[in-house]
Amino acid sequence: MEITLKNLTKVFQSKKEEETVAVNNLDIVIPSGTLTGLLGPSGCGKSTTLYMISGLLRPTQGEIYFGNENVTPVPPEERGIGLVFQNYALYPHMTVRQNILFPLENVKMDKEEALEKAQEIADLVGIGHLMNRKPKQLSGGQQQRVAIARALVKSPRVLLLDEPLSNLDARLRLQTREEIKRIQRETGITTIFVTHDQEEAMSISDEIVVLREGVTQQVGRPQEVYDKPHNLFVAKFLGTPPINIFDARIENNRLMIGDANIMKFEGKDQEVTIGIRPEGFKMVEKSSFQVEVEFVETIGRDTTLIIKHPNDESKRFRAIVDADFGVEPGDTVKFNVKPHKLHVFNKETGEVL
Amino acid sequence: MLEDQSNVKAWMYLLPALILLGIFIFFPIFNAIFLVFVRDYNYQTGQFQGFTLTENFRYVVQDHNFRMAMTNTMLLTFVSVPVSVIIALLISVWLNAIKKLQGFFQTVFFLPYVTNAIAIGMAFAFMFNRSYGLINWVLGFFGVAPINWVNLGASWGHAIFSLLVYVTWLGLAFKIMVFLSGLQGIDKQYYDAARVDSASRSRVFRRITVPLLSPMIMYITVTSFIGAFKAYTEVIGMFGERLGPPGNDRALITVVALVYRSLDRSGVPGALSEAAAASLILFAVTLVFTIINMQVSKKRVHY
Repeated sequence: MEITLKNLTKVFQSKKEEETVAVNNLDIVIPSGTLTGLLGPSGCGKSTTLYMISGLLRPTQGEIYFGNENVTPVPPEERGIGLVFQNYALYPHMTVRQNILFPLENVKMDKEEALEKAQEIADLVGIGHLMNRKPKQLSGGQQQRVAIARALVKSPRVLLLDEPLSNLDARLRLQTREEIKRIQRETGITTIFVTHDQEEAMSISDEIVVLREGVTQQVGRPQEVYDKPHNLFVAKFLGTPPINIFDARIENNRLMIGDANIMKFEGKDQEVTIGIRPEGFKMVEKSSFQVEVEFVETIGRDTTLIIKHPNDESKRFRAIVDADFGVEPGDTVKFNVKPHKLHVFNKETGEVL
Repeated sequence: MLEDQSNVKAWMYLLPALILLGIFIFFPIFNAIFLVFVRDYNYQTGQFQGFTLTENFRYVVQDHNFRMAMTNTMLLTFVSVPVSVIIALLISVWLNAIKKLQGFFQTVFFLPYVTNAIAIGMAFAFMFNRSYGLINWVLGFFGVAPINWVNLGASWGHAIFSLLVYVTWLGLAFKIMVFLSGLQGIDKQYYDAARVDSASRSRVFRRITVPLLSPMIMYITVTSFIGAFKAYTEVIGMFGERLGPPGNDRALITVVALVYRSLDRSGVPGALSEAAAASLILFAVTLVFTIINMQVSKKRVHY
């Protein structure tokens, strides 16, 4: 089911008549059968967008299409969506089986058939053996699978997940995100999930939508968005450790940080902001980009150099280099920058040049 | 070392309460049990004529007044408690759903609780007045001839119906408050989830609201049952010390009223033993129903 959002806008009005634009003119097409992540910092309108797709929130303006059908006026109970809440919202007084059966009972499905279906879905998400437990007797990860089973059992057209991993501990999070990906693949259901964790979004999404203050920043495949950010915000938001930001300028078609010549760059002379991914540095014998190493962190296969920032002595930036080089704190190193790891942005607007 | 700690301090803290409870609760209870098993107890002299196991009970059970008191008490309990629990539940669900004026209505529904039961009883007696009461006035619009609810010569049926309406209404305020606070503690997401799951309103009420509110419903039911078994003030409030409509005195007597009235006859040897027997029977009935309530709750209440 392809989902199209057209000029979707949501304005919340507080009691004092103050207006907050949570979602601003969103225009997105979510391809059928994909797992799409809505990504952004808190307050960017991603959950609001999800709840508008679910129908629990009504848009102030704009339309939502499931395929060719305009579902904007359709109430949530008739949209054919499955929704997994951030804290799962499992009915605490019902067993796992009753929880999963609940949506089927509402559509008056034959009892035998419903039981069979519930078991089938429970097996798919790997909780088939826990059917008689109450939610309280389950771990967080298990509860989450019950919530997914309950959302999937009525064969929805769209599956929506609100911060599906935020309530899980780190190890379970890794496991569960793969699980979500597997369930999505096996069912082929168009799935949208919300997250503020860029790593989570990058790791399982087919597509990510980066939002900021209710406005779409970029839509695309995760790697594509990482490699070709449209603006400074997207570049800063994706990647751990985060991208290093430098004040630089274009001078005679060369990119300069202070006196250091970074690389060739065609463009008119101007002040710019550049971002270099930590993995974008290459240690070389000869370069005018010379910096002083302050600390060296070696974690497993990576060596991270923490280096005095050339724009500001009090700041640091990070470069990840091969562990082979024996760099000591206090050493001066010379870098070449890998061109595809460097992004140049307009100093005022933050748009990529 | 924790276990060796002397608990003298703890006992000291408990002492004032224990003394008061001992004088005003435990002693009377044991005294009542003692009274039940003696013959012809004299209140003034404290003398009695030997012991008996069943005589006082037998006398009370055969007493016309006690049977009436038991009938009235049971009727009051088993009609007013379920009806007021259900009405309170519906009102609080409705109150919880509205946004505008919620605070106002909350206050309105809670006002009866802070108002004197006797005063409200008088107001209800007036509402049920044959000649100028609100009830007959409204019924008049539907062509119903004036009914003698509570005035001279009113039948037992009409009188107890009026009393039931009053008692039911009186019980609403506290129940609504408890249910409303319970409802406000239910996570809204359950309702969003149920909505996405296409549950109808009545199913949401039956399958989600009621089970999640069941601890409150249980609490209210148990305490209301116990309270209703002890009904007394309500009858006084509406009918005065006559305990019934004029000309039909004591028609609405309750067990507690019966016990209380026996003090008037305390000069008569054995009168207090009968009262003690009546109160022990009431205690037994209350205990049995409370146990039944608790047993039901084990299966039906979700904590």
